[in-house]
Amino acid sequence: MLGTYYTFPELLIWIPFITGLIAIFIKNGKSVKMFALLSSIATLVISVISLCYTDVANHPEFFYYNNVSYVWMPYIGSSFSVGLDGMGFLLTFLTSFSYPLIFAATYKSEFKNSNAFFALMLFTQAGIMGVFVATDALLFYFFWELALIPIYFLCSRWGGEKRIHATFKFFVYTFLGSLLMLVGIIFVYVHTTAVSGDSAHSFSINAFYNAVLSPGQQDWLFWLFFIAFAVKIPIFPFHTWQPDVYEQSNYPSVMVLSGLMVKMGAFGIIRWILPIFPAAVAKYDHLVMVLCLIGLIYASCIALYQNDLKRFVAWTSIAHLGLMSAAIFAANNLSLQGVMLEMLNHGINILALWIVVDIIEKKTGVRKISELSGLAGKSPALAIFLVIIAFANIALPLSNSFVSEFLMLNGLFDFNTWFGVFGTLGIILSAVYMLSMVQKTFFGKANALAEQAKKMSTGQGIVLFVLVIAILFLGIYPEPVIHLTQSTVTDILNRIPLK
Amino acid sequence: MDAIQLIYLVPLLPLIGCLINGIARNTLSKTMVGILGSAVVFISFCISVLIFFEVSKEGFVTQNIHYFNFIHVSKLIIPFEFQVDQLTSLFLLIITGVGFLIHVYSISYMKDETQSGFGRYFSYLNLFVFSMLILVLGGNYVVMYIGWEGVSLCSYLLIGFWFKDHENNDAGKKAFIMNRIGDVGFLLAIFWLISSYGTISYHELFNAQSGIITALSAINSPVIVGITLLFFLGAAAKSAQIPLYTWLPDAMAGPTPVSALIHAATMVTAGIYMIARSNILYSLAPVTLAVVAGIGLATAIFAAIIALKQNDIKKVLAYSTVSQLGYMFLGLGVGAYSAAVFHVMTHSFFKALLFLAAGSVIHAMGGEQDMTKMGGLGKKMKVTYITFFIATLAIAGIPPFSGFFSKDEILSATFAQSPLLYVLGVGGALLTAFYMFRALAMTFKGKFRGTAEQERHIHESPATMAVPLIILAILSTIGGFIGIPEVFIKNANKFDEFLSPVFAHSTRFITENKVPHQTDLILIIVSAVLMIIVSIWAYTTFKNYTPSTVVSHNGFVKAIKNKFYVDEAYEMLFVKPYRALGAFLNNVFDKKGIDGIVNGVGRSVNYGSRQLRLLQSGQVGSYLLLMVIGLLILFIIQLFTK
Repeated sequence: MLGTYYTFPELLIWIPFITGLIAIFIKNGKSVKMFALLSSIATLVISVISLCYTDVANHPEFFYYNNVSYVWMPYIGSSFSVGLDGMGFLLTFLTSFSYPLIFAATYKSEFKNSNAFFALMLFTQAGIMGVFVATDALLFYFFWELALIPIYFLCSRWGGEKRIHATFKFFVYTFLGSLLMLVGIIFVYVHTTAVSGDSAHSFSINAFYNAVLSPGQQDWLFWLFFIAFAVKIPIFPFHTWQPDVYEQSNYPSVMVLSGLMVKMGAFGIIRWILPIFPAAVAKYDHLVMVLCLIGLIYASCIALYQNDLKRFVAWTSIAHLGLMSAAIFAANNLSLQGVMLEMLNHGINILALWIVVDIIEKKTGVRKISELSGLAGKSPALAIFLVIIAFANIALPLSNSFVSEFLMLNGLFDFNTWFGVFGTLGIILSAVYMLSMVQKTFFGKANALAEQAKKMSTGQGIVLFVLVIAILFLGIYPEPVIHLTQSTVTDILNRIPLK
Repeated sequence: MDAIQLIYLVPLLPLIGCLINGIARNTLSKTMVGILGSAVVFISFCISVLIFFEVSKEGFVTQNIHYFNFIHVSKLIIPFEFQVDQLTSLFLLIITGVGFLIHVYSISYMKDETQSGFGRYFSYLNLFVFSMLILVLGGNYVVMYIGWEGVSLCSYLLIGFWFKDHENNDAGKKAFIMNRIGDVGFLLAIFWLISSYGTISYHELFNAQSGIITALSAINSPVIVGITLLFFLGAAAKSAQIPLYTWLPDAMAGPTPVSALIHAATMVTAGIYMIARSNILYSLAPVTLAVVAGIGLATAIFAAIIALKQNDIKKVLAYSTVSQLGYMFLGLGVGAYSAAVFHVMTHSFFKALLFLAAGSVIHAMGGEQDMTKMGGLGKKMKVTYITFFIATLAIAGIPPFSGFFSKDEILSATFAQSPLLYVLGVGGALLTAFYMFRALAMTFKGKFRGTAEQERHIHESPATMAVPLIILAILSTIGGFIGIPEVFIKNANKFDEFLSPVFAHSTRFITENKVPHQTDLILIIVSAVLMIIVSIWAYTTFKNYTPSTVVSHNGFVKAIKNKFYVDEAYEMLFVKPYRALGAFLNNVFDKKGIDGIVNGVGRSVNYGSRQLRLLQSGQVGSYLLLMVIGLLILFIIQLFTK
């Protein structure tokens, strides 16, 4: 044992941050790539070890383990305090699990100024980790922005022709959201009571949870926070930045954006909105859920129409996240537990989908669905992977997302029968767009592009294999994840007595 | 050793076969793949036989085998569990038995495939058997759902097995999506059960002593009616009933053995299994039962009418499957659960036989499926002809072939409920006899109407194909004797007796009006005579079939030939509007609407900031003025939010 002092959450931030700093000075493209991969593996190792030191089931108290706090800005009641609960463990694990896979899957890709590229990637990882471990509102905000700024540069410097316009829109959207949230954080802060004698108020998460806010105040504070998170997820109608950015950006950044950064939004709602503004949540939950469910159907309809594979994946993601966001606001045991699983599953599935799209584009040079045909004949291995991943996205039983969608839909049904019915219709639409895509690109006669397709690299094969194993394992035996996050769900539910 | 302890092997072996055949498809020889694929199913069949003997023992009680908790969230526990009772045992025998024969048949039928295609085929087929076994073994609705969607997946993969042709892919996709529509009903029914009763395990719901549903006695309570209707939606999609039947005829795009196994003998009967499994729920909801009976009968007649005018041999059989499934639902709907399951069994014999014999014909004809180009095949393909003949007699309900007993049991139960339904049912059965003898005569009698090249090629199929045909022919002939109605011999219906524990509790609610034996006997004889007359009529009409050059202008005939334009109507009503909606939302609503507003806001901010720049005039006075205005606004906001 390492004693009673656990420093894992800190390490999860510091390793990517410091290695990111070092990466700037490694001018050799190959070395920096290897360095980034090793750094991400180190973070994964730390994350896995930290999972061995959890005891969330026996110690359901909030942040029992892995809680560190440094004096940071005592005069305003903020400290550098980080900690992990079940949900934190889950999402930091997802982040540290995804990064090595992202680096490995895109290992053959070349980037200009690769030292800057990988440094920014690692900074983003540090920021994302920080968001998931912060137990101080100001620190949370700090990391939220820390994750946003490097990804902005990543998307605007490496990508397609129209990347500047797309990224600018993304930046304005998210930054506007962040500013609103900052206003909200400061307002709540003023209504907290002091934890220590140094300042009149406190930014600590417990102080925020105990802040005295009238229902009237909660009403508008809710929206300040909600918009920041809704843009990130994104929830309809705050989504229009996403397809453009996904289409224009480079693959590693898109994988980070869609696999990990969207979880920041969901995480934010669960960690900050539900417990701090329970009255407002009870008031607006129907409205928000209607938006989410419209988004689910809306995005499913549009996904069928897409011809660009990247935009297609973007819309499927919006559809899945619509259901997830609705389930968050249903806020019952089943739906929240489903959301926990879905955050992990969506991360895995969409990462796998992006890797397949990347391989297709590398192999054939195009990603227009209409220009592709018959890839299955030429690359059966990729076809098998794609079919498994596609059916995981359709939530076929024994694939990971079946369990999460089952729980989320069940939770929605318990909350409101018609919401449940509406949400369940999504499983038809997901089959429609997913199978159409698979058919058009992989089945049919092989065209000239498919004929000359190159084989996928061993690295990509291994990464896809790992992801497929994860998909099946979590589909057959989701118990470990449920066990890990159950205490968080109970804790959140205890904090919203109005539901 | 207790055979029931080995039950996990029954689905596990086909799964192992699937994995080995899938992974090693390029290294194993075709013979090895074929032997392995069939052997795993055969061993499963042997274990199923042992289980059957175990289950038939005196004093057998339903066994629940719990493996691990699949989903466990606070109070909701969904275990991965199996349940073994008479119904399960019977389906195990059908699936592994008929499945094994079809695997053997496939070795020859698919021999022209490429090495990797052959392995892929057997891998999928094994995976199908695995999923189907999970479906019937499951001890709760979620495990059933796992198998339920698993068979959909395999059906999708096998219909689109020749994926280079988009017609096959479209058919596979259609099958999966239509089944998904039913799955929505299935899932919602599960959610409703969970929210109302907190569990979905059969033994907690239907247990004879302490089952939650068993204890209920309120008839037609809204919850039960709702749940049963939703389950029926799932069953209707899977078992191809109105309005969700259109995928099954298209599913004939797959290899013929697949049509025999999945789209005739096993998968499509899953809906009947589901309702039979939930019989207590359904017996509590006579309203739903009436719907089931109505839809079943309507489908039976509707599909039989369409089958009258089809010229593709597989399409005839497909519509006949839809129609026969309709009879099974009619049986369920009138509360004759056991009779419906009986028909599932006999149907699996004769319909698998029909498809395999048709496959043998198609094989000999070099892929031709159009009956107008066949004729006179009986002389060159004796085994195929005789076995097809036996299956036709069975499906037409001619005594003493198996179909007669099972269909009669359903119809006799229908008569007890309503003579009108009975008359309609017999009408449908007469149509069945007609189109089947038409198909028989067109294929095997008269002169050959194909090309000379095809004629040279015609040959009897090899032993691996002929032996399964013969075994199934024997079963189609004698399979009915285990369910001889009481009219003939007292207590001879061993089948009903075997299944009676499964349906024991439903008998409390279903009051079976016993038809007097005399009436029953007259009905049986009259209907049998009618069947024979119609059969002979059809046979003689089409025995010397020549394609007529006269195009019929009868609107009704045209409508039948075009399957009543149902596919076209669905295309107009659902598919096209959905695509148009997608295009509208993408091109207009999202780009011009939402994004337009966003960009508009962006532009006006741009414009605004250009104007605001003018305010920075450098005059301290105007700055102060703005500050005061700003403070005032803040005060006002503060005032109203207090």
